Amino acid sequence: MTIKDKTAIVGIGATPYTKRGQSAPQTMEELIAKAVLKAVDDAGLKITDVDGFAYFAGGHDTSLLTEILGIPEIRFTATLTGAGGGSAGALGLAASAIVGGLAKTVVVVCGVQQAVLRYGTYSSSHPADPYSSFYLYSGLVSPGQAFALLARRHMHLYGTTREQFAEVAMSTRLNALSNPAALMKKPMSKEDYFNAPMISDPHCLFDFCLETDGAVAAVVTSSERAKDLKQKPAYILASTHGGDGNWGRSLYWFNMPDDLFTSSGHNTVAKQLYEMAGVGPKDIDVAQIYDHFTSQVIMQLEDYGFCKRGEGGPFVASGAIRHKGGSIPVNTDGGQLSCAYIWGMSHVKEAVEQIRGTAVNQVKDAELCLVTGGPSNIPMSGLILRR
Amino acid sequence: MNAQVINSMPDAISKAPPEEMVHIATDQWTQPFWDAAKQHKLVGAKCGNCGKFRLPPSPMCPKCHSQKIDWVNLSGEGSIYSYTIITRAMSPAVEPYIPYVPAVITLEGGGGTRLVSNIVGARVGDIAIGGKVRVIWEDHKDGMTVPHFELVPG
Repeated sequence: MTIKDKTAIVGIGATPYTKRGQSAPQTMEELIAKAVLKAVDDAGLKITDVDGFAYFAGGHDTSLLTEILGIPEIRFTATLTGAGGGSAGALGLAASAIVGGLAKTVVVVCGVQQAVLRYGTYSSSHPADPYSSFYLYSGLVSPGQAFALLARRHMHLYGTTREQFAEVAMSTRLNALSNPAALMKKPMSKEDYFNAPMISDPHCLFDFCLETDGAVAAVVTSSERAKDLKQKPAYILASTHGGDGNWGRSLYWFNMPDDLFTSSGHNTVAKQLYEMAGVGPKDIDVAQIYDHFTSQVIMQLEDYGFCKRGEGGPFVASGAIRHKGGSIPVNTDGGQLSCAYIWGMSHVKEAVEQIRGTAVNQVKDAELCLVTGGPSNIPMSGLILRR
Repeated sequence: MNAQVINSMPDAISKAPPEEMVHIATDQWTQPFWDAAKQHKLVGAKCGNCGKFRLPPSPMCPKCHSQKIDWVNLSGEGSIYSYTIITRAMSPAVEPYIPYVPAVITLEGGGGTRLVSNIVGARVGDIAIGGKVRVIWEDHKDGMTVPHFELVPG
């Protein structure tokens, strides 16, 4: 038994996206509650129908949300471990609760307020422990610096270039320009990219995702029930999470095997996802790829089989991920690089829009949409939605 | 192999990150590594049962689950597996320490294990993957000592 096709996303909701710090004086709980109410309304359901929450990246406080929103009974509340790696997998967590009969209507929600920390620095938020002491002392304090080590070696082994990173940034920006909800409104030329300040070589400012305030929620229920609701269901064809044991704590320890070092760590998650779905990369019409860093979009395209290992750079340079004319349009809403960074949940929202046929940059007749969670230490996660 | 990689700030000399941002926490499994560092000795954690190296030293060998560790003196030489040049300070206090270069070092005699450290005192343009390095030690005011690496000429 798997969760294949047994559940669907029936409602999505988001607060407006703002640059970091600009959601004040709204509180985090307030942002989340607003997103949940919008998602429930979008589904044509009532908040009193909600009986479960599934989170990732540390999650939120269900007891508080229950009080704020007036939910009569909670039957399921759980958080996928890890950080942004769990975004796509939280939908699978919700699905498994429904398939297992633990709850009927599960909301996946994530909110972000980045007023204090810059560049996602973890050193100030996490005191040194015996394990983190082995990398923090080197001054590696932000994910963008850690992933730069993988990017540098990918360039070394495969000849990947900054021009190819630039294509990811420019293609994603182009998608943002036609999305009214996206934060970045200015076109980006190759010259703009190369004029951006270097942060952690080879990652410059435009290789980094945005710093955003906002919240996004998705309502999951059984496929059977989804048929009678307001929206066209986005069926959860498959969702997996986890990772290769050899990848483990890669982004802190950097002792993963050589063949995994220049990857996104998604190898086993991608394999399991395609197996559960019964489809392959050629069947995917549009992909929402977790874009915390441009270089990791390239490595995920390799891990999800859109091109071979090491060929991700030339693949994106060929125009393959462009909305117009690309073989696999990627991050059609402008992604986290140019629309908003909500730890992967904006990708889930955009995937639902593509499956409904209501996306601002709609891929014609999109039947299957891939969503990935953030490359990180275990877990990574994946999700395939179908029409 | 890509010969086209050009480092940012190539003529700058790589610095060490500020000592004030370094706080080494230890437990019974990692303490011997840092004790050896105070003696300016680079050691590797080798499983006392099956001989597998691991880094950081964790409570048991992931291969055979033995908790016996042989602390092996390493040569202190190694090669650069990857690196990043920090050209932007994440907080104002770090500004005077730019550029610094976190690097992943494959340790000679370490059974393939890699140590995250810094390349210091090097012309940044001379830093490259595969480059040979040698450990040097930085003694901190709090009594801890951390390993850094310098480029080995030639």
